[in-house]
Amino acid sequence: MAELMYWEALRRAHDEEMANDPLVICMGEDIGMAGGTYKATQGLYDKYGAERVIDTPISENGYTGLGIGASFLGLRPIIEIMSVNFAWLALDQLFNSAAKVRYMSGGQLEAPVVVRSPGGVAHQLGAQHSARMEKVFMGIAGLRVVTPSNPRQAYGLLKSAVRCNDPVYINEHELMYNFKGEVPDEEYFHPLEGSEVAREGKDVTLFGYNISVHWCLQAAETLSQQYGIEAEVVDLYALSPLDRAGIRASVNKTHRAVIVEEAEAPVGVGSEVMAIINEECFFELDAAPVRVSAANVPMPYNHTLERAAIPKADDVVAAVRKMFGK
Amino acid sequence: MNVADKKRLLREMLFARRFEERCYEAYVERKIGGFLHLYPGQEACAFGVMEAARPGRDYVITGYRDHVHAIRCGADPKAIMAELYGKETGSSRGRGGSMHIFDVEHHFMGGYALVGGPFPLAAGMAKAIKMKGDDDIAICFLGDAANNQGTFHESLNMAALWELPVLYVCENNLYGIGTRIDRSTAVVEQYKRVSAYGIPSDQIDGQDIEVVFKAAQKAVKHVRSGKGPYFLELLTYRYRGHSMSDSNAYRSKDEEKMWSKRDPIIMLRDRLIEAGEITKDDYKAMDTEILDQIEDDIIAYAESSPEPKVEELEKYVLAENDPWVRGGKN
Repeated sequence: MAELMYWEALRRAHDEEMANDPLVICMGEDIGMAGGTYKATQGLYDKYGAERVIDTPISENGYTGLGIGASFLGLRPIIEIMSVNFAWLALDQLFNSAAKVRYMSGGQLEAPVVVRSPGGVAHQLGAQHSARMEKVFMGIAGLRVVTPSNPRQAYGLLKSAVRCNDPVYINEHELMYNFKGEVPDEEYFHPLEGSEVAREGKDVTLFGYNISVHWCLQAAETLSQQYGIEAEVVDLYALSPLDRAGIRASVNKTHRAVIVEEAEAPVGVGSEVMAIINEECFFELDAAPVRVSAANVPMPYNHTLERAAIPKADDVVAAVRKMFGK
Repeated sequence: MNVADKKRLLREMLFARRFEERCYEAYVERKIGGFLHLYPGQEACAFGVMEAARPGRDYVITGYRDHVHAIRCGADPKAIMAELYGKETGSSRGRGGSMHIFDVEHHFMGGYALVGGPFPLAAGMAKAIKMKGDDDIAICFLGDAANNQGTFHESLNMAALWELPVLYVCENNLYGIGTRIDRSTAVVEQYKRVSAYGIPSDQIDGQDIEVVFKAAQKAVKHVRSGKGPYFLELLTYRYRGHSMSDSNAYRSKDEEKMWSKRDPIIMLRDRLIEAGEITKDDYKAMDTEILDQIEDDIIAYAESSPEPKVEELEKYVLAENDPWVRGGKN
């Protein structure tokens, strides 16, 4: 098993899927000749040519719609939107065309497109380059949403997404492209539904996804070493549909839940997971579930304000300590 | 276009007219729900362009005023009426409605309800055709008001840049719902707007099917030969309001009267009568036959068809049993 960076894992998945199927194409701003802002398509322009690795104009709704139209006739486009903040412009085509076409055609037509885009708060990028939009995508029927927390998932989720006949949105993170992790040497397809237990524990469940899984793992170590609390960390790599069974199983085991999200709390992953806990295992709870979320503000530029606006591992530790009265 | 073709087109256009008028009645009777956008007045646009293309083979996409384009591509009018009635036998199994007619088997790739939504979808279909090396083309029919959407400009730019085989047909009926084109659009002549992208274009009379056919032949030939996109602006007029909820009070009686004298069906009918190819009685008999067919076959089918099952409410949201959802062959 080789250790790859997140971007290398994505690049490998692109390369393998393009080699496997001549109908797989990649589209996006600067992804071709320039190699991609995050290098996820590096070298593929030279290998597969301009017809299949397409540098698009800065027209997010237009090229997303173009990819969707191409998928109607059997192409398998992987569309990179350089920043999730720009994806707002493409929501019309993604939601109105891709997500609904199977249903409103009575099953005649499908849009097997993959849209990948990094969200999250990087370093001082300000209000219009720091959106966390997973909450927007995960409420749309007909669209699958996944969000890899490590290179293995980044590789395997993209491979499955390309082959799946539903439109899939892959929520990546600006800060995670250089994260390292083990990726199987052999070809690997990650399930698009479910969740993974990233750390076993018995006292409390920390639910995270994407970058917040790492905060949860750090917090779990601190809780174990300093407070004798064994936290289970559940990685919700699939945000739509959410893994009801997985959420229930872990809460039934630990009887306590903390949901950790980089996004603002209203109408988010945390509120949705909390609703599922309420519906599925209310009487198993030993304490009220808690959310650790970002401040509900447009992201400030100032470094100190920015750090204060988003959660960190210490905030997770504090939330758990409060829950246990420690 | 020979006499036999003209006679056939007269019948097809009259059928489309009567079909839409019957939809109006069914809507008033509350058999059809939702929004209903009707086509009378614009028939020569769809029929004239498709006469120059390959219906059932070239890929056609349009907006919400979509029944007639679907029929011309080969969709069964019974399935369309059943769709309007919301029945399981409808073209979209009652899940789509008037604005979302689909017949993928006949390459009618759908009616879409976001104004301007189909522009990039058509370019994408053209991209797929080009990559596969087929000689089909994509044809996108939309109204003039759609050209004020960003997707118009974004799609024309990409279609021209990548020389995609797509024909954009602008059915300019002069109104975006109730706002006349000169009150919404700085450059009223739509064909001029595409010159910014280096796309060849024509503005022609959209009421005379022979004129439309001739212009479409040239446009289709251009697109099919691999020279990239083409844009046709057809000057036309819709007789009814934008949709059934539109009182149509914004247009003068004089204007409506003027356009009614340029009715695409009447013009072709009179031409055939003058040439001695049909008589007035032939036309009346044909009309009666069509009205009977609509009533006896089409309406009866829609009326008697079953409703979708509530147990299947969530069918068609996602692919069924897609192995890759579980990680495929792992």
